[in-house]
Amino acid sequence: MAAGLATWLPFARAAAVGWLPLAQQPLPPAPGVKASRGDEVLVVNVSGRRFETWKNTLDRYPDTLLGSSEKEFFYDADSGEYFFDRDPDMFRHVLNFYRTGRLHCPRQECIQAFDEELAFYGLVPELVGDCCLEEYRDRKKENAERLAEDEEAEQTGDGPALPAGSSLRQRLWRAFENPHTSTAALVFYYVTGFFIAVSVIANVVETIPCRSSARRSSREQPCGERFPQAFFCMDTACVLIFTGEYLLRLFAAPSRCRFLRSVMSLIDVVAILPYYIGLLVPKNDDVSGAFVTLRVFRVFRIFKFSRHSQGLRILGYTLKSCASELGFLLFSLTMAIIIFATVMFYAEKGTNKTNFTSIPAAFWYTIVTMTTLGYGDMVPSTIAGKIFGSICSLSGVLVIALPVPVIVSNFSRIYHQNQRADKRRAQQKVRLARIRLAKSGTTNAFLQYKQNGGLEDSGSGEEQAVCVRNRSAFEQQHHHLLHCLEKTTCYEFTDELTFSEALGAVSLGGRTSRSTSVSSQPTGPGSLLSSCCPRRAKRRAIRLANSTASVSRGSMQELDMLAGLHRSPAPQSRSSLNAKPHDSLDLNCDSRDFVAAIISIPTPPANTPDESQPSSPGGGGRASSTLRNSSLGTPCLFPETVKISSL
Amino acid sequence: MGAVMGTFSSLQTKQRRPSKDIAWWYYQYQRDKIEDELEMTMVCHRPEGLEQLEAQTNFTKRELQVLYRGFKNECPSGVVNEDTFKQIYAQFFPHGDASMYAHYLFNAFDTTQTGSVKFEDFVTALSILLRGTVHEKLRWTFNLYDINKDGYINKEEMMDIVKAIYDMMGKYTYPVLKEDTPRQHVDVFFQKMDKNKDGIVTLDEFLESCQEDDNIMRSLQLFQNVM
Repeated sequence: MAAGLATWLPFARAAAVGWLPLAQQPLPPAPGVKASRGDEVLVVNVSGRRFETWKNTLDRYPDTLLGSSEKEFFYDADSGEYFFDRDPDMFRHVLNFYRTGRLHCPRQECIQAFDEELAFYGLVPELVGDCCLEEYRDRKKENAERLAEDEEAEQTGDGPALPAGSSLRQRLWRAFENPHTSTAALVFYYVTGFFIAVSVIANVVETIPCRSSARRSSREQPCGERFPQAFFCMDTACVLIFTGEYLLRLFAAPSRCRFLRSVMSLIDVVAILPYYIGLLVPKNDDVSGAFVTLRVFRVFRIFKFSRHSQGLRILGYTLKSCASELGFLLFSLTMAIIIFATVMFYAEKGTNKTNFTSIPAAFWYTIVTMTTLGYGDMVPSTIAGKIFGSICSLSGVLVIALPVPVIVSNFSRIYHQNQRADKRRAQQKVRLARIRLAKSGTTNAFLQYKQNGGLEDSGSGEEQAVCVRNRSAFEQQHHHLLHCLEKTTCYEFTDELTFSEALGAVSLGGRTSRSTSVSSQPTGPGSLLSSCCPRRAKRRAIRLANSTASVSRGSMQELDMLAGLHRSPAPQSRSSLNAKPHDSLDLNCDSRDFVAAIISIPTPPANTPDESQPSSPGGGGRASSTLRNSSLGTPCLFPETVKISSL
Repeated sequence: MGAVMGTFSSLQTKQRRPSKDIAWWYYQYQRDKIEDELEMTMVCHRPEGLEQLEAQTNFTKRELQVLYRGFKNECPSGVVNEDTFKQIYAQFFPHGDASMYAHYLFNAFDTTQTGSVKFEDFVTALSILLRGTVHEKLRWTFNLYDINKDGYINKEEMMDIVKAIYDMMGKYTYPVLKEDTPRQHVDVFFQKMDKNKDGIVTLDEFLESCQEDDNIMRSLQLFQNVM
């Protein structure tokens, strides 16, 4: 409930006068609100510091400690004030929340203490206002991480215990992902690391020229050609190990498709593929050129080290996230290169025996000059060329030096920003869900109130007292308002479920006729399915079916459905509520109806597969209908049986 | 060399200082725009004195105090604009869409057609609706239905109002809302109210028909003791 909603209630009720001439049914009488004491000032004494506020202010949030009747537990009749033995500095923020509607986070207090105070006063941390929310979350996360680190250090490397019945596959995957969990995994980790190093070193050493002592040939051979067998054996061993590792990972991966698409597995594949291609391809002279090129890819084995090094992974990620800045640098460089290359080419065109044979040839000169390398293989000889050459080298310094600090600072900024944006998006979803939950809370409060028979004009006194007991004056009047709207339009508020059932009933058509035909035979408990309240009993049973099934469905619906599930164990008064306008029933009928409901629960599932098709809002279809059948078990029956015993 | 320079200077810049790039300038421009807008709406309105309001309306001083405190809390500037009005009203009817009805209500509250409702307008209307005579209440309702304020209610205006009311019920109703229900409702209404069957309802016809209907008379007393 938003701040101050209670103060606007008189306005909303006054505006309802506009419906009166349109009402086709008589409107219900207003709830008899006892004469309100008017607004008064409450004194809240928190550890000696007195805070005074209007009662209305505290009533704005009735689901907190201070807004509900829970504060009466802290009332001290002698002094006429509410005494709390808590931190007065923190209480200031809590009270300001009631006053302004925004909960601010104190900057100099420990975040854990603040959390505890919030929990005591019944405030949810999500209520922290936007201005302080980011900092609050950051500090909380810091705290949590620090505590987690301490815990980890204490545990000396004990990983999370796997459930006893974990399969070989799960154990294997865990061993791969967290090598420090078991000795065997650690050994494997180091062995693969060793072989990666060996493979890379072998690739490098292969190309070193070895001086052969036996033959005094003028041409020195690289070691690879001198000891082909040895290098081939080493290569084979490494590739065998890598292949084995890759296949084991593939077997152990919980999601094979995702594993196949991951970067690390691609690197693995690229590292071992050249060897196999080399085996398959026959030693042709034509193809051996391409084969040699393939050997280049063996160097990618070095990237396999990124599994062993956290830093490499972070570097890769930051490069990826800074791609736009790098792209900009590249683009500006390209522009400058093209410009200067063109200028140099035309400046040196007249010279004899010039190196600047074409503009692309001049590219090389421009790049070497701009990066201040200056190899000296291409040098301008004309005066104009020299002038432009010097301008080129000066501008090279500027063009390269300027974006680099921007990129470097962007690295950190973008990196943090990305993380914050993801956090904010996740928080936004949670907040929207909470808002929706609060909205559905008011809806459901009214529907719950209806179900409890609160709308009966002349219900039995006790029943009504029981139902009404927990509702504040505001709620009473709000519900009266909604009831007036219902009577004006001759329609009732319902929840999504009943609405979709009704839609289904309308579309299928034959429901009511079937039930009335059954009701013509009032004997026998089995056929009492539809005797007393034909549509209601069936609807109720089907709703139970739907609500139990839908609990297993998605998240957003769960919020509504869970409320529906809570409502379902109260069919007793529902039947009486709906019976009143249609036909009058006595208690006998209710009990028979109950029994009928118990017996009837197994039977409707035969109907639900048909009806569920058009009625399920999420489009459950055949698969979920079987789910409904299976889930329509004891959890559904128990509330019913409990109710019967209370009869 | 450029890279070394770059890293050195970046080490000095703190992480949280915003760098003056295009995004920063755009943000500044937007902030200035918002500040300009805020200045225009920061016009604070203070209502007339408490005694005057007490004399003009049927509320007691204490009731006016409570009303004003709530009003000022929600609208510190002292006036309600239509959006806030719609927002507040929508919170009472979370099921459906209360914006159209709130729009007509706003026009009925805003007697001077300025686009904003001051506290005096608010309290005057509340006084009529909650504490006024039957005649006054009916006249106010007629004014609400008369969307273009020409003194007559025709079928189109009534259709708009009725549709707005049905919109507030929302989607999930029992029984399922049919397409022509509002039209039927309007027809029933006109049958009752339009005495000379000329297709429009005048104030006198309206008053007469309402006074003949017991239901309406009784329900007008419903909201009497609010506050």
